[in-house]
Amino acid sequence: MIQIAPWKIVLTLIICVMGFLYALPNFASVEMREKMQNSLPSWMPGKTINLGLDLRGGAHLLYEVDVALVFKEQADAMLGDVRKELRGDQVGYTRIGVLPNGVRVVLKDEADGENARKVLRRVNSNLGIETNGLEIEAVLNEVGKREIYDRTMSQSIEIVRRRIDELGTTEPVIQRQGEDRILIQAPGADAQSLKAIIGTTAKLNFHLVSGQSGAGSKNFPMAEDPTRTINVERRPLITGEMLDNASPAFQDGAPVISFRLNSTGARRFCDVTRKNVNKPFAIVLDDMVLSAPVIREAICGGQGQISGGFSVQEANDLALLLRAGALPAPMKVVEERTVGPSLGADSIAAGKKASIIGLLLVLVFMGLLYGTFGLFANVALTVNVALIFALLSGLQATLTLPGIAGIVLTIGMAVDANVLIFERIREELRVGRTPIAAIDAGYSRAMSTIIDSNLTTLIAAIILFSLGTGPIKGFAVTLGIGIVTSFFTAIMVTRLLVIFWMRKKRPTTLPV
Amino acid sequence: MKGFRLVPEETHWNFIGLRFLAYMFSAALIIGSIGVTMNKGLNFGIDFTGGTVIEIKTPEQPDLGALRTLLNDLALGAISIQEFGEPDDLLIRLPQQEGDEEVQQQAIADVQTALNDVFSDAGEVDYRRVEYVGPQVGAELKKQGLLAVLFSLGGILAYVWFRFEWQFGVAAVVALAHDTIAIIGLFALTQMEFNLSTVAAILMIAGYSINDTVIVFDRIRENLRKFKKMPLIELFNNSVNEMLSRTLMTSGTTLLALIALYMFGGEVIQGFVYALIFGIAVGTYSSVFVAAPILLTTGLNRGALVDDNSDKAQKPQQA
Repeated sequence: MIQIAPWKIVLTLIICVMGFLYALPNFASVEMREKMQNSLPSWMPGKTINLGLDLRGGAHLLYEVDVALVFKEQADAMLGDVRKELRGDQVGYTRIGVLPNGVRVVLKDEADGENARKVLRRVNSNLGIETNGLEIEAVLNEVGKREIYDRTMSQSIEIVRRRIDELGTTEPVIQRQGEDRILIQAPGADAQSLKAIIGTTAKLNFHLVSGQSGAGSKNFPMAEDPTRTINVERRPLITGEMLDNASPAFQDGAPVISFRLNSTGARRFCDVTRKNVNKPFAIVLDDMVLSAPVIREAICGGQGQISGGFSVQEANDLALLLRAGALPAPMKVVEERTVGPSLGADSIAAGKKASIIGLLLVLVFMGLLYGTFGLFANVALTVNVALIFALLSGLQATLTLPGIAGIVLTIGMAVDANVLIFERIREELRVGRTPIAAIDAGYSRAMSTIIDSNLTTLIAAIILFSLGTGPIKGFAVTLGIGIVTSFFTAIMVTRLLVIFWMRKKRPTTLPV
Repeated sequence: MKGFRLVPEETHWNFIGLRFLAYMFSAALIIGSIGVTMNKGLNFGIDFTGGTVIEIKTPEQPDLGALRTLLNDLALGAISIQEFGEPDDLLIRLPQQEGDEEVQQQAIADVQTALNDVFSDAGEVDYRRVEYVGPQVGAELKKQGLLAVLFSLGGILAYVWFRFEWQFGVAAVVALAHDTIAIIGLFALTQMEFNLSTVAAILMIAGYSINDTVIVFDRIRENLRKFKKMPLIELFNNSVNEMLSRTLMTSGTTLLALIALYMFGGEVIQGFVYALIFGIAVGTYSSVFVAAPILLTTGLNRGALVDDNSDKAQKPQQA
């Protein structure tokens, strides 16, 4: 034990030095850090710990996308297509209707079955088709459903990303979670404005106002007074996808949205307005009629304005939403955790104070109880704290408030390995071993106990990490890292110190 | 420089002799915990029940009574307001509203508007924290938390099973169950909020308690091999006494660190740290007074251990 391979000594020293180097940026001032980052190569330490939302402040929002609505729309669209194709192929039917996720057709003649199935497969290749006499039921199979889920989710995420980018939020995390959820983590963002931007579907359509109600028309409530409704043609004239740009503007002193259509939209708008002069059309946003102006003349420039009694803020937001595009389906908040900047700053200050005081208490306690050997353990503990910071910075793991608790807890528990070793050395001395033999036995015999005790805690940390969310994960990360680093420092670092000290002092009794 | 001793160099305290006293104490603790939990129930936080918590810092000393009346007049169910550390730091809880997510969001907005109005003369209300958990997410988190506990306990036990003989495993389970039930009992008794971080604390304690137990067991096993003729009670007592200094040292440093965290770490994690402090105390007690005595009563097969010279891996061959 007094003999230790030189490469082990070198490796231990290198790890300690690297630990301090990589931990250092966290304690440097911002200017210092920038200077370091600019002058040093990128592999050199410069990274600091990534603070979690609970420490830096920000919004954590979990949204659920109403995919069921997309399925319904899909079935509606399929119904139209199937009806058209059946007519085109001259397949006679007596009834046709939508099912959840599909359509149902009742044929006139059973002999048309094969043709009808061919039509259905042409409309959508991912249908499970069941025939029962004259009745044919076609519903989306697993592949078809998955496709819709995946498409809806990736579209939603794309739109949400565009909207948040427009807000100018720094480094937001936007990711799919599970089947139909989107997680948004935006540091420094104000949840209220974030929710206002994300919560609106922003589906904009222009419809001609219809003369009479019937199968081809639909009632929409007025935005100003939802008790009044307007009957419009079911098929929209212009959809939000045909918008090229939208921006807030003023007209007669009132905020309006000024928009520009793309070439398809402009052509169609020109056509329809020319044919419908003096008739009203409705501007419908998320199934509410914003306004229903009368067409005075053909509008062919592809440009126009939408008025709707907006406030300046509403006009700004709506213009942003129209630019970013509509969400494929409405989304609702199912979980929200927002931390304001003041609480975050308080938590960091409290965490710092608690860690430093905790560390000092443990250092004093160890020094008092184990004397010189306690000092060795204290050096190891200090290296340990540096290594935890270095690993957190290097791995760019996220530090949360429970994570700080994990570090403090690790500081308390890290000395355990040394306590086990030192107690063992005391015992070996009591049974009359020489200092060298006692140290030797102390380290080797305590080892299996140390491994056992570290592994059980590590198991708990790993399971917490894999099952936990957010802050709890942060606790598991620091705890896990702490266990690994304290194992290294308690064994390697103190051993090195003890060996150097033994070689220099050649003691006949041990001050343990 | 020589260190102080926390306990005398050699102790011969009769821990195992006190086992019937300890059993009675533990039985009372467990029955009490279960009774209180069944009777009072746990004060589940919004992580599990769903609902909303808003933490605010008011620009002037708030009048709690007036605020309570005001918010409860909004007809959003029973809204509770409590001080959170300082008199101008308030924690407001909204129950889950009837209706869909939009209703929930509207309720939060209503409360914020009402609060802004009250303090509009004094300045701005600082919304330090808004947490909303929908009922579905709450149910999922509950399931996840339960799974985390089960998996961790299972994982830890599997490890002890693998490293030691089954009697050790049984004793460790009993000690672990003892500690977990006691912590849950504490939360029921104090009606402290039981949330996700409490689950994390319980798992942490489970790890720590097993850790403590394993260390005592390690020594018992070592002594079983060393002193083949020594009566078991004496041997167990010696083992516990030999590890006493270490047990107290490690619990001591851990508690020191946790007390610093409790006092200075801020209001947000106080419940979490409280659970850890209590758990470490109970875990230390149980490894000495519960795990070891239970191991003694499991009818430990000494022969199997004596034949087994260095490691459990080399079990006697079963022909």
